[in-house]
Amino acid sequence: MSTEISYTDIDDVHDDHEDHDHKPTGFLNRWLFTTNHKDIGTLYLGFSLLMFLIGGAMAMVIRAELFMPGLQLVEPDFFNQMTTMHALVMVFGAVMPAWVGFANWLIPMMIGAPDMALPRMNNWSFWILPFAFTMLLSTLFMDSGGPAAGWTLYPPLVLQTGTSFAFVVFAVHMMGISSIMGSINIIATIFNMRAPGMTLLRMPMFVWTWLITAFLLIAVMPVLAGAVTMLLTDHFFGTNFFNAAGGGDPVMFQHIFWFFGHPEVYIMILPAFGVISEILPTFSRKPLFGYASMVYATATIAFLSFIVWAHHMFTVGMPLQGELFFMYATMLISVPTGVKVFNWVSTMWQGSMTFETPMLFAIGFVVLFTIGGLSGLMLAITAADFQYHDTYFVVAHFHYVLVPGAVFALMAATYYWLPKFSGNMYSEKWGKIHFWLSAIFVNVLFFPQHYLGLAGMPRRIPDYSPQFADFNMISSIGGFAFGATQLIFVGVVLHCVFRSKVKATAGVWESSRGLEWTLQSPPAYHSFTTPPEVTHNMLRHAE
Amino acid sequence: MKKENTVIVALAVLAAVIAATWLILVAPALTGNEINMPRGVTQQSADHFDLHMYVLWVCVIIGIGVFTMMFTSIVLHRKSRGHEPAKFSHSTKAEIIWTIIPILILIAMAVPATTALVRMEDSSGAEMTVKITGFQWRWKYEYLDQDISFISSLEPASNAARQLNSGVAPESVDNYLLDVDHPLVLPIGKKIKFLITADDVIHSWWVPDLGWKRDAIPGFINEAWTNIKEPGTYRGQCAELCGKDHGFMPIVVIALAEDEFETWVSDQLAETRQSDVQGTAQ
Repeated sequence: MSTEISYTDIDDVHDDHEDHDHKPTGFLNRWLFTTNHKDIGTLYLGFSLLMFLIGGAMAMVIRAELFMPGLQLVEPDFFNQMTTMHALVMVFGAVMPAWVGFANWLIPMMIGAPDMALPRMNNWSFWILPFAFTMLLSTLFMDSGGPAAGWTLYPPLVLQTGTSFAFVVFAVHMMGISSIMGSINIIATIFNMRAPGMTLLRMPMFVWTWLITAFLLIAVMPVLAGAVTMLLTDHFFGTNFFNAAGGGDPVMFQHIFWFFGHPEVYIMILPAFGVISEILPTFSRKPLFGYASMVYATATIAFLSFIVWAHHMFTVGMPLQGELFFMYATMLISVPTGVKVFNWVSTMWQGSMTFETPMLFAIGFVVLFTIGGLSGLMLAITAADFQYHDTYFVVAHFHYVLVPGAVFALMAATYYWLPKFSGNMYSEKWGKIHFWLSAIFVNVLFFPQHYLGLAGMPRRIPDYSPQFADFNMISSIGGFAFGATQLIFVGVVLHCVFRSKVKATAGVWESSRGLEWTLQSPPAYHSFTTPPEVTHNMLRHAE
Repeated sequence: MKKENTVIVALAVLAAVIAATWLILVAPALTGNEINMPRGVTQQSADHFDLHMYVLWVCVIIGIGVFTMMFTSIVLHRKSRGHEPAKFSHSTKAEIIWTIIPILILIAMAVPATTALVRMEDSSGAEMTVKITGFQWRWKYEYLDQDISFISSLEPASNAARQLNSGVAPESVDNYLLDVDHPLVLPIGKKIKFLITADDVIHSWWVPDLGWKRDAIPGFINEAWTNIKEPGTYRGQCAELCGKDHGFMPIVVIALAEDEFETWVSDQLAETRQSDVQGTAQ
């Protein structure tokens, strides 16, 4: 659909002889030994979709048990294993690898690089993951059962896990190694492999947000690795890092964990900010509003994410001064986040909008993420948090920022770039059905949880007082419907990749801009083997 | 696009956004279910409720503003209406405004939030002290000034009904999962200090009507306090995941007038003496 001359396919000249060769032959050579950023991106995305379905199945078990009061389906300990595993699988298996998958596919194409800077390490950082998750999930079938102390792994409770705990710790180590290697690769690629003319402040927002995310990952994954290693030695080797009776400190674990954990939530949401900043301008046919302030706001959020961790643990009994500091710092995050939301609305303002599926998901993201952000501001108020903490209000809050937040952004990104990746158009009709059902049911699922939490329902309980029955039933119905709706997504993706007869053009969208849209769809196996010259009219944003 | 047109559409969108807000924030209460934080029976719970409502309304107003702008744009600035895209890409003035105004709003929130927190954390001048210890999965209460102590567990009828496939309908049990065998009895109108700790894993002691929760951590003693204004029975639950029966260690506080509380104390002491005598006799 490209209308402007600057979108002529720069790579066309090379494509004729590159499209058909250089692809490794044979399944193992192509996928197991691959060093190609596109193949590795595909592997990451496929893996994360599988994990999304597994983690989703666990959520269905949780919502089924909570459908009505009384225990009908599972024992409380298995329920706790489900809540723990659901979180670990969704955070480390679905959302994070999905963003790395998009980073692999897009960053080289967006900055005009032929591949990632460290292709062999790229292969390794992906192929660690299936082993890590096989090990993690296998604990569910062990005699001592899977971890059941929540994904936050708080001691002393987590130390009551049986011997399967060693497998959990090792799996977390492997995920951490994978993330760190992936991040090093992304930073090395962005700093070293930009095409001539692609200055830092010309980079697409997705590249910027991932650059900052990669630094967050490198900063905090070793902290998590250290924390779980101390748990491991406390459990098996008689150390007392977190055992008060031996001179240790169980609260120290929470400080260390959340020093990782809070940046972690931005690791999951910053790339989403990047994606939304790509999609809204395209379908508004207008440059991104306030590009520079978007970059600075992202960096500010990343910095603040390191100094707010204790807001996850206001109830442990901190000194007043500590509570005040963490409250003020947390409230401050709403300033750069607000700048982002205002800039997105201003991007749409006075545009010429159309509402293809990626745009619908992007708008859904802005609305529902804003709701999640506002409930986050409420949670920052320490005194009120003494009521909110560890209730379903918190569950509602973080699911709003993670599901219609991060996951909707992932869906938007899929619909936006899948035609580029696969060369085929997806079914717009089914894409829209997927959006509307998702948008409705995600609210049926999570909005009533605000009421439950405020009315006094604690989180992580398998059974509840009958006063909470109505909204739990509504939430469960929303959950089942939302879960079933995601099967439509799987269908749309498979159809687009394997069956769709409608070929995608190079630009795919009427007003798409950026280097990746100058390549044909699908791009050649090795794209930008000679670097393109980047000029200002090729950018998604104005200079 | 004519100016009046924008204003009319914006007003219509505003009305729709307000209607949607009413639908999700007010209408669900019409089902008869509780959807909001309790105002409770202490100064702290009232403070926290007021703070919650204040911040909630600020958030609602911000949300209404943002969504009205956004949906006005979605209605008007669409290609199907032939709207031509504008070219602007930044405005330093606008960006400074929407950095400064949120900071001012935050300051307006931080002032009452700080006051409430300072008040909450001041446990000085307590007239009696109760030590609370969390166990898997029950609470132990020790009245340090009265020499009374007992363990409080889930009430047997709830405990029978909550077993997997028990066949007992939860609705048929009074106060299902929220009743205990030995409730914590406290006097009203007295500043009571709690010393909260745990014996095995971390628990969290929470009664919504008192307005706060505080973690019970092995090896640590946390302080909290209350001063209950009205007599009554107030129920809560453990709020920190503590293992398989985390959902089954409720808290019940019975607040009595001063003289009734004194009677209860002497009854307890008499009972303890009696069982001591029996113990010696055997």
